[in-house]
Amino acid sequence: MFAALNRILAILIKEFIQMRRDRMTFGMMILVPVVQLTLFGFAINSDPRHLPTLLYLEEDSTIVRSLAAGLQNSSYFDIQGQVTSAGAGTDALQSGEVAFVITVPAGFTRELLRGDRPQVLIEADASDPSAASNAIGMIQQIVSSSLRQDLKGEWAALAQAPPPVDIVVHRMYNPEGISQYNIVPGLLGVILTMTMIMITSIAMTRETERGNMENLLAMPARPWEVMVGKIVPYIGVGLIQTTIVLLASSYVFGVPFIGSFWLLAFGVALFIIANLAVGFTFSTMARTQMQAMQMTFFFFLPSLLLSGFMFPFRGMPEWAQAIGQIFPLTHFLRIVRSVMLKGSDFAAMWPNIWPLLVFIAVAMAVAMKRYRSTLD
Amino acid sequence: MTKAGDDLAIDVRGLTKIFGKRTAVDQVDIAMPRGQVWGFLGPNGSGKTTTIRMLCGLLRPDSGQGTCLGYDILKQSREIKRQVGYMTQKFSYWEDLTIRENLEFVANLYDIANKKQVVDQTLEQLGLTTRQNQLAGTLSGGWKQRLALAACTLHNPKMLMLDEPTAGVDPQARRDFWDQIHRLSAQGLTVLVSTHYMDEAERCDQIVYIAYGKLMAQGRVEDIIDQSGLSTFVAEGVGVRDLMERLRGKPGAEHVAYFGNALHVSGGDLNALMALIEDEQVDGVTWRQARPNLEDVFIHLMDRSIDTSVGV
Repeated sequence: MFAALNRILAILIKEFIQMRRDRMTFGMMILVPVVQLTLFGFAINSDPRHLPTLLYLEEDSTIVRSLAAGLQNSSYFDIQGQVTSAGAGTDALQSGEVAFVITVPAGFTRELLRGDRPQVLIEADASDPSAASNAIGMIQQIVSSSLRQDLKGEWAALAQAPPPVDIVVHRMYNPEGISQYNIVPGLLGVILTMTMIMITSIAMTRETERGNMENLLAMPARPWEVMVGKIVPYIGVGLIQTTIVLLASSYVFGVPFIGSFWLLAFGVALFIIANLAVGFTFSTMARTQMQAMQMTFFFFLPSLLLSGFMFPFRGMPEWAQAIGQIFPLTHFLRIVRSVMLKGSDFAAMWPNIWPLLVFIAVAMAVAMKRYRSTLD
Repeated sequence: MTKAGDDLAIDVRGLTKIFGKRTAVDQVDIAMPRGQVWGFLGPNGSGKTTTIRMLCGLLRPDSGQGTCLGYDILKQSREIKRQVGYMTQKFSYWEDLTIRENLEFVANLYDIANKKQVVDQTLEQLGLTTRQNQLAGTLSGGWKQRLALAACTLHNPKMLMLDEPTAGVDPQARRDFWDQIHRLSAQGLTVLVSTHYMDEAERCDQIVYIAYGKLMAQGRVEDIIDQSGLSTFVAEGVGVRDLMERLRGKPGAEHVAYFGNALHVSGGDLNALMALIEDEQVDGVTWRQARPNLEDVFIHLMDRSIDTSVGV
């Protein structure tokens, strides 16, 4: 009985010693819960507020100004300014710069005071339905309460039911609010991140772990030749995955594709390269395939949570958004969703393309630098 | 090429490699004529592998200079890689490729002309033609070594660097392997083999001995034994094994070992050693002076290098 306990204790102690030695696993055990707590606890918020909004005001009056002030004070809308044409508002929605454009038509004040229930148009970027829905749900109440202060005395009766203003909601790009329209294109990014980083880092680390790398480098293959030769097959894998997801998206889930196929292809290519560069960098740091897996996971987890795939990007606090901007997935999600659902063009997507280019340049530089130093 | 020292396959001076705070190779000079078989010996962790890697251009020395096959080891590592066949300590061909696929891959990397013919020929020589589609990972240790040797000689190198090629291989396979090495050497190849086996060291034309990163001896086996200044006495008879513990650590007996049913006692100071043996005469045990063998010399060199490294 005691002998068995001693043996169990011996194994237990050995296990702890090994756990402590394997810094990577130890780090994962400590860091993963901390990261998850921070991200889930502080960053993620399924009731996003302070959503960027533009106003298109066809008239200016005290009542309109207090309406604007009421929207801002509601904390749901963050008024970024005014546009002078309806077209400018649409452009801002399409590039993803703002989430809402609110239009107050000419004659609004006069009709309101006459009790004719004038219309206010709110155009929402509904490509991510969950990001927009709470603000849309609240707008009637926000408008009514902000007008109540102006509707006093002889107009007090107007502030009673029915609401003094008729709010017309246009859910742009996804009028029925189908969440698959948002999720399925996003999954393309998630799948590519997962496999591209994991497969490359593991495939490269496998050569090191099995001692093949030394052999390869003793033969007349240059480091960059090895890198290109090892990465290109996985670009092919990424393209096959993309094809599968896009076909399923179209034929199984019925997600519309209204933008340019070639712009999306360009975005996919950039995204695949960015992820392969990360995978390659990991492979130069990991000594075993297990470590490569752990590093992949450690990159993948915040990518998933902070990119806007699982939770609305704008629902996160500024610091979390700033971290989120680093990940290629964040920018790729915007590109794939905008191109497919909104038909955005290259110029509208440029704000998400250049961060990918920067990411690639940095990751490649790190990978090459690390790769050279591992030979020595 | 009519450079001076062109008859040397390896000509390096002051070769040094530092990993972090540890000096793995410290100021090693090697001058190795072409067309010979050189043994590279030293205890584990003495810097043999690091030296070989620096010679064939895999690692950049922190200081030192020299040539390998007439090419500058600092600047012309690509030319060196083309003309050197390097066999790693651990089997490093692809276990999930077949024997044939491995050879074809190597042939492609070296851009060998008429690949198919060369690969077929090599498979034939190895006696692996019938098993060419077997995965390399399923081969036994001895066969893996043969495959590795074939693969690293596929591109007709001028020089072979073999890092402990026979570790963990059975005696028959080891003997076959050495026959191959001598056959290749007869064809004009220069061969550098690192090993722990003394019998293998004695199959080499010359040897280099390094310990703790420092070059301890270099030359022909006989010369190294002669120059060691070591004297050895052999005790045979009943109960010699009991003598071992008694002699160990006594002044004069630097190294005591039991092999071949006899006790070998060696020391650098002949008088001290003889005095000790006078004291330790036991009935039934006969003593005779013998020529030190290579192992005695190496252990002597190793002890001395520990002394110097501790002294520093």
